[in-house]
Amino acid sequence: MMDRSKAPEAETSPARTGQSPPGRPETHHARDIKPGFLVKLLLMMLVNAFLVFGIMSAVSAQAWGVLAGTVAILVVVNWVYFSRRAIPAKYLVPGLIFLLVFQVFVMAYTAYVAFTNYGTSHSITRDQAIERIQEYNERQMPDSPTYQLTVLERDGEISFGIVDGGVAKVGSADEPLAPVEGATVTGEGAGARIDSVEGFRALGFADLLGLPEDVTKIRVPWSDDSADGSLRTTNGTIGLRNVSALTYDAAAGTMTNVETGVVYTEGDRGSFVAPDGTELLPGWRVNVGFENFARMVTDGKLAEPFAKTMAWTFVFGFLSVLTTFAAGLLLAVTFNNMRMRSRAWYRAMLILPYAFPGFLSALIWAGMLNTSFGYINQELLGGADIAWLGDPVLAKVSILAVNLWLGFPYMFLISTGALQAIPSDIYEAATIDGAGPFRSFRSLTLPLLLVAVTPLLIASFAFNFNNFSLIYMLTSGGPKFVGNEYNLGSTDILISMVYKIAVEAGGTKDYGLASAMSIVIFVIVGLVSYIGFRKTRQLEEIN
Amino acid sequence: MSTTQISPTTSGDAPVVYEVTQLTPNERFARWARELGWRHLVGLLMIPIVLLPILFALSMSLKGPTASLNGVGDQRMFTAFDLSTYEMLFTETVFPRWALNSLIICGITAIGTVLMGSAAAYAFSRFRFAGRRGGLTALLIVQMFPQMLAFVAIFLLVRSLGEVYPFLGENNHVALIAIYLGGALGSNAFLMYGFFNTVPRELDEAAKIDGASHAQIFWTIILRLVLPILTVVGLLSFVGTYGDFIIAKVLMTQENNYTIAVGLYQWATRPLVTPWAQFAAGAVIAAIPVIILFMFLQKYIVSGLTAGSVKG
Repeated sequence: MMDRSKAPEAETSPARTGQSPPGRPETHHARDIKPGFLVKLLLMMLVNAFLVFGIMSAVSAQAWGVLAGTVAILVVVNWVYFSRRAIPAKYLVPGLIFLLVFQVFVMAYTAYVAFTNYGTSHSITRDQAIERIQEYNERQMPDSPTYQLTVLERDGEISFGIVDGGVAKVGSADEPLAPVEGATVTGEGAGARIDSVEGFRALGFADLLGLPEDVTKIRVPWSDDSADGSLRTTNGTIGLRNVSALTYDAAAGTMTNVETGVVYTEGDRGSFVAPDGTELLPGWRVNVGFENFARMVTDGKLAEPFAKTMAWTFVFGFLSVLTTFAAGLLLAVTFNNMRMRSRAWYRAMLILPYAFPGFLSALIWAGMLNTSFGYINQELLGGADIAWLGDPVLAKVSILAVNLWLGFPYMFLISTGALQAIPSDIYEAATIDGAGPFRSFRSLTLPLLLVAVTPLLIASFAFNFNNFSLIYMLTSGGPKFVGNEYNLGSTDILISMVYKIAVEAGGTKDYGLASAMSIVIFVIVGLVSYIGFRKTRQLEEIN
Repeated sequence: MSTTQISPTTSGDAPVVYEVTQLTPNERFARWARELGWRHLVGLLMIPIVLLPILFALSMSLKGPTASLNGVGDQRMFTAFDLSTYEMLFTETVFPRWALNSLIICGITAIGTVLMGSAAAYAFSRFRFAGRRGGLTALLIVQMFPQMLAFVAIFLLVRSLGEVYPFLGENNHVALIAIYLGGALGSNAFLMYGFFNTVPRELDEAAKIDGASHAQIFWTIILRLVLPILTVVGLLSFVGTYGDFIIAKVLMTQENNYTIAVGLYQWATRPLVTPWAQFAAGAVIAAIPVIILFMFLQKYIVSGLTAGSVKG
C-alpha cells in the first residue's frame, strides 16, 4: 500500500503526445517534476531501503529463500514504478505482492511441506543437525586440562576468557574462542587467569549471581568446527573443555560414538540410525514422498481418529447447513407477510446472533453448557448434571445446536432476500389453478429459492467444514479419544486436527503430516467450491 | 356469517358486484390468528432464544469482578448491578492492551485492504492488458481457498521471515497485518471490480481529454465516486479481521500481543478459576463496535449476501 504511485505518467501527458487542449499552461510538461512524482520517489526510497535491508540481513542469516524472494520483489517493484509502460501493473503490484507471498506462496509451501518429514525433530538442515547432535552429546574431555576462567560481559553478552598455552582467549556462545588483544593476565601455566580485557567488564562472583542467564548453561565453542568441542564452566571460575562423544566422518557420512564404538549410518528418514535401530536426534528435513498421506490411512494410531474426524467433519458441515437453512427458511416464510406488523422489529431481533461476534457467542455458550456450573444445567434445568460437552454424542448435538443459533440468521437473511425476489403473480396463477399454500410452497417457492441460494449453501458448507473457532472454543475437539498421541477427540474436525498436530503437540509437532492433511482439506474445499462455482454467475462478469 | 352486497362506483360497462364479509369478533380473531397471529407467536418465541446468551453475558458482567464460572451456583441472571468489573477491566487487566492491538491491527488492515483492493479493481476495470482475464479467473480461484487453511505454512513462513526482518516474525503485529493484507485482494477485489464497472467510462474519458493522468483519474475521480463501496469493504474487512482467531492464536504467544479474540479465549477457558465476570465484561465491550458496524452495514450485507456477494 505504501508504494502506490501518485505520479502522472509521461506517456499519457498530453504535452508529450501533442494533444494539448487550448488554454492549457505551457509549463505543464512531461519533464517537469510534479508533487506526485516526489511522493512516488519518497515512497520508492522507503520501499527500496526496506528491501535492501532485507537482502543484507537475509545474506547474513543465510536465508536463501527469503533472499530470492526479496530480490525478485525489489526488481519487480522498481521496474513497474519507474517504467513508463505497465500502467495496470502500477495498480496491481502492491496487492499482488501480498497475495502472492501470504496466500499463494503459503499454499504452495503447504504442498511442499506435505511431502517432507518437517517437524519438531526434523526441523533443520543436515549440516545443522550434525552440529546439534555433537553439541547435545558433549561431555567433559577425559583428560581435560582445567582453565582458570573469567566471566566477561560486554553489551549484555556474556563471554568466557581463559589462558590456553600462554595465549589469552575470549569467546561467547555465538563467537568461538579466539586470541584477544589487551588482556592482563596474572599467574603462570595452568594457574594463569585473565584479570581484565579491554572493552569487557570482568564479573566477580557476586555479579554472577545477579545475571539473568545461568553461566553453567553457556557453551562457548572451542573453534568453528563443532568437533573441537566447547568450553564450559560449572561454577564460573574453572573452565573445562567438553568434546562430543560422537564424531562425524564426512567421507563415510556416518556418526561414530567414540565411547561405545557404535556407528550410526544415515537412514532414509533424515537421521542417523544405529544398527540396532536407535535414532540420533535431531534429524533433518528430507523428502518422504507420499508417506504423510499414507500414514493418514495406514498408521495404526492415526488412521482410526482420522477416519472418524473426516466422517464427523462432513456430517457437521452437512447438518449445519441443513439445520440452519431449514430454520432460516421457516422464519423467512413466517415473517414474509406484507400485512404483518412490527416485521422490522422482529427481523432486527432475529439477526442479533449474526451481528454478535461469533467467537464470543461460542465462548459464552461453552460456559453456559458447562456441566457442573453452567447456566443451562444449574438454572434452566434446575441443577441437572448433563454433560453437554463431555459426552461424545451430546457434544456433537450441542455443537450443532450452538451452530444453529449462530447460523440461522444468515440463512434467514438470504432466504428473505430470495423470497422477495420471487414475483408474486406466479402465486396468483397457482391459486387460480387450485394450488393450496403447501403445494405452492413445494412446487414454486422452494425450487425458485433453491436456484438462488444453492451457491450460498455450498459456500456455507465450505465455511462450516473449516469452522475452527466454533469447535475449538466449544469443546477443543473433546471429549478425547483414548490413546492417541495428538489428544484428538470425537468433535475434532479436520482443521482442528491439523492445529493439534502442528501447534499443540508439545515435542512431537509434525508439520509434514499437518500440511498433508491441509492438502486433503484444500482438495475437498476445491471440489466443493468448484461445484458451487459452476452455479454462480461470477464467471459472466469476466469479460 | 352475515353478508351484505354493495355496488362499487367504479366506471365500467357492467356493474361489478363484490361480496364483503362482515365477521363477528371471534371470527375475526380466528382469522387473524390463522393468518398473522401465529407469526407473532413464532417471533415472540424466538426472542428469548436469540437473547439468552447475550443477556447472560450482560448479567454476568454486572455481578462484580469475583464472579467466576466455577463458583458455587450463582449463575442466576440479573441478581446484581455492579459496574466495578468494567472498572477493573480497564484499570487492572491487559484487556485495554488487547483492545488497542485489535483496533490497530484491524484498522490498518481495513485501510490497506481498501487501498490495494480499489487499485486492483481500477486496473481490472479500466485497462485492457495481457493476462487480464487470466488474472480475474485466478483471483476467483484463489478466493475459494480461505487463507487460514494454510496456517501451518504461514507459521513456518513467518518464522523464517522473522530471522531476516525481526518485525515480520512471531509475536509481531506487523506480521499479522501483512498476512491479513495477503487475503485482501482475494476476498474483496472482485466485489469492488463489480462496483467500479458501474461507474461510467465516459467520465474517465472526458477527464483524459482534459489532460488528467491515469493516477489523477484514479485518485480524484473514481475513488470519490465509489466511496460507498470503499466504506463497506473497509468495514467488512475490519469485522472479518476482528473475528479471526486461528492465525492470531498461532502467531501471538505473548499475553501483551494478543488480540481481543485470543485474549478473551484465554480468559474464558482458564481452568480451575475461570474469570467469568471479567470475560463477560470484556465480551460486552468487544461486541459493541461490531454490533454497531453491523447495524450500519446491514443493508449492504443483506444485498451483498443475496447477490452472491459479487454484484454491487
